[in-house]
Amino acid sequence: MLQLIDRRLNSPNKSAVNRERFLRRYKHHIRHAVQEQISTRSITDMDQGCDVNVPAKDVSEPSFRHDKGGDWEIVHPGNRQFARGDQIDRPNSGSGGGAEGEPGRGGAEDDFTFTLSRDEFLAIFFDGLELPRLIANHLGNVTRSKPKCAGYVSSGPPCNLCVVRTLRTSLGRRIALGAPARDCLELAREQHSRAAAEGADAAVVAALGQEVSELEAYLARLPFIDEIDLRYRNRISVPQPQARAVMFCLMDVSASMDWSKKDLAKRFFTLLYLFLSRKYEQVDLVFIRHTDDAEEVDEQTFFHDTKSGGTIVYGALELMQTICAERYPVSGWNIYAAQASDGDAFGADVSRSGRLLSEALLPLARYFAYVEIPDSAEQRPSTLWMEYEQAGRGQENFAMKRIRERSEIYPVFRELFRKEASA
Amino acid sequence: MNPISTGSDWDFELIERYDRAIATVAEEYGLDIYANQIEIITSEQMLDAYASNGLPVGYPHWSYGKEFIRNERAYRSGMQGLAYEIVINSDPCIAYLMEENSMMMQALVIAHACYGHNSFFKGNYLFRQWTCADGILDYLVFARRYVMECEERHGIEAVEEVLDSCHALMHQGVDRYKRPAPLSLRDEASRARQREEEQRRQFNDLWRTLPRTTDAAGASRVARYPAEPEENILYFIEKHSPKLGPWQRELVRIVRKLAQYFYPQSQTKVMNEGWATFWHYTLVNRLYEKGLVNDGFMLEFMHSHSNAIYQPGFDERGYSGINPYALGFAMMRDIRRICERPSDEDRHWFPKLAGSDWLKSLDFAMRNFKDESFIAQYLSPRVIREFRLFAVADHQRKEKLEIDSIHDDAGYRRVRHLLAEQLTRDARLPDIQVVGYEQDGDRSLSLQHRIFRGRPVAENEASETLKHLTRLWGFAVNIEEIYEVEQAA
Repeated sequence: MLQLIDRRLNSPNKSAVNRERFLRRYKHHIRHAVQEQISTRSITDMDQGCDVNVPAKDVSEPSFRHDKGGDWEIVHPGNRQFARGDQIDRPNSGSGGGAEGEPGRGGAEDDFTFTLSRDEFLAIFFDGLELPRLIANHLGNVTRSKPKCAGYVSSGPPCNLCVVRTLRTSLGRRIALGAPARDCLELAREQHSRAAAEGADAAVVAALGQEVSELEAYLARLPFIDEIDLRYRNRISVPQPQARAVMFCLMDVSASMDWSKKDLAKRFFTLLYLFLSRKYEQVDLVFIRHTDDAEEVDEQTFFHDTKSGGTIVYGALELMQTICAERYPVSGWNIYAAQASDGDAFGADVSRSGRLLSEALLPLARYFAYVEIPDSAEQRPSTLWMEYEQAGRGQENFAMKRIRERSEIYPVFRELFRKEASA
Repeated sequence: MNPISTGSDWDFELIERYDRAIATVAEEYGLDIYANQIEIITSEQMLDAYASNGLPVGYPHWSYGKEFIRNERAYRSGMQGLAYEIVINSDPCIAYLMEENSMMMQALVIAHACYGHNSFFKGNYLFRQWTCADGILDYLVFARRYVMECEERHGIEAVEEVLDSCHALMHQGVDRYKRPAPLSLRDEASRARQREEEQRRQFNDLWRTLPRTTDAAGASRVARYPAEPEENILYFIEKHSPKLGPWQRELVRIVRKLAQYFYPQSQTKVMNEGWATFWHYTLVNRLYEKGLVNDGFMLEFMHSHSNAIYQPGFDERGYSGINPYALGFAMMRDIRRICERPSDEDRHWFPKLAGSDWLKSLDFAMRNFKDESFIAQYLSPRVIREFRLFAVADHQRKEKLEIDSIHDDAGYRRVRHLLAEQLTRDARLPDIQVVGYEQDGDRSLSLQHRIFRGRPVAENEASETLKHLTRLWGFAVNIEEIYEVEQAA
């Protein structure tokens, strides 16, 4: 009689759809909360969820119910001191004698708080951002295909049947097959009626009549639709080119980049890294850091190592060019680069870097973003900034921004990577 | 006999053995139940079940998401524990058991839910009248599929709008009395014949001589539609809303049906929980008598049981009204006591009950009452004294609260009456009914709110709810307030 079922292995996410409905409905509040979080929380913590408050009145579900007031008698347990007719002061807290029996009225005005998961948070965080000018130019191993119309064929499933085409062939076939018979029939009818009118021999008239009816029967036998008339829409799948992209992260870690500047730069790249790893599964990342010599490092070293030294920018750009040539041919890859530096560069390095940028790198790259972190807000643009400004003038795929404070990172980031449609 | 198990760990075989043992004992007492289906779930799944009112299948709606988030947060932060079980009024009766429960807890919960609640669902007249245990699961599946199809066809927002509005009126979507089935043509014809026959027999030529009156009042009375006020607002909308499309009407119907399904539960909290608690107590004690459970089991059991039936006083920490488990259990036990060992007081108060067969009397009480009538009928002076019940009068015109009555001779009847009244649906919901529908005019809907003893509705919420109602109705909705003359309560 008893049926015992172990449901523990079933997915526990039965309410996921309801949760998603809830988030959908309060998108506005959630976006607001995320914006607020961004200005207060440190970027390294971006990779976490976030608490969202929605005012209680916005999530309330109204119904007809009693308010306080009116005459009530409420029965309570635990009488120790009262006798009939005793007078008691009204409790001055919100829950008067009348409401005491109904729990849940007191705290009704609290905000409704809930936690966004990391993914939900990041989805809103990076909403509306995109890699600019990404072009699908590569037919990779994993081909995605798209169905496409490709004319008509004579066989196929019934759902693809094209009635217009089928009738067109049917009409053509009937005209073609029937034409000689119709000519003969016209002639035969004429002869038959003439022979009948002229009073010709009965046998001749009968023979002509026979011929007429035979021809008529032949025409009637022509099928309206034959199997060979059927035409079906043809759909084939065409492989779609895929976008492959590589992002070069170039960071200056020289001694002039003090702790706070490096921190800003790393935060910027953390953001970039999160953004790319979240939105584009197929993006390769190349981390290059440079002092007076440039080296390619893995992401662990890039974000956490504390190397320091002099400054030569050119080396980093040159390394990027080399790596491009070796591993990322322009034909198959969308090349992006983001460079962060305090702009401290000297002598020939500046002009050489500028030239390399404008002559070699910008033609390669879909987009090149330069972020400068100055010592202070008042500082004049550095020599590197001015050189880059020169180099990038008139180039659509080049952008430069200055970041002075932590709070500027996100706005600058948004500006650099906003969707083109909204640009 | 040897105890069934000793440790606190459970496995499926043990659960089956306990269930068999409990079933045997339950049969001794003649409990009539639906077949049982026990499902073991995790705490996450329990949270899911919470979100959908305990139902195994629900249609998607943001408010369930909100409920889920709220419960999950409260649970994760340790502010709220989870129920040990959820039981669904269906045939077979589905009970969800939490995997975290100890063996004792599982046995308690099986006795409580699978035999206590189960027999209540099967026997109580409200459940028999208003719910269809073998159809509810299919209906829930249908409702879910229908809502999701509507979402695909008409968009999530459009469906959400309708559901939001229906949810706002859910409490006003319940029938309390069966509607008469529509008459068949033959019945109607025979009734017409009877009426003619009656008129023929009553014929008196004298009436013909009365002067004809042409009164306007009579005419307007006929024009009024509906002829009788309708308290089930969702029903009225479903049948008469001038603007709703067929799919919207069906959504209204789904929400209405669900509200109706929950109606008996809200009317029998004290009885239902009291009955189930009484039976898990009785059944487990019987197992102990038979030596099927050991002392350790019983100690743990008594601990959980007394936690469940703890009733803090009005001035103690954690007081939130009367605990239905406590009151229900006390009353059920009291009925048994009155039957088995009646005192003089009981003989005076319950002359028929005292000394009768307790199983039969208890079964009768379970089948034929709801909270309100159960308390009015069975709350004995002894239980009133045990709970030290007292009534506080809170009248808005008076500056102070007054003690209306306490647990003494003068107060028993009054306390019992007031407690019964407190548990009625009418005490909780404002009395709002449909009184008019201008079918031939501007199609406006008129509601009437009869204010009982000066109890107002919450204004802000009411105006929000009216907006929802207007959205469903599609034309103007008016509401008028009528002050009821105070009854001598």
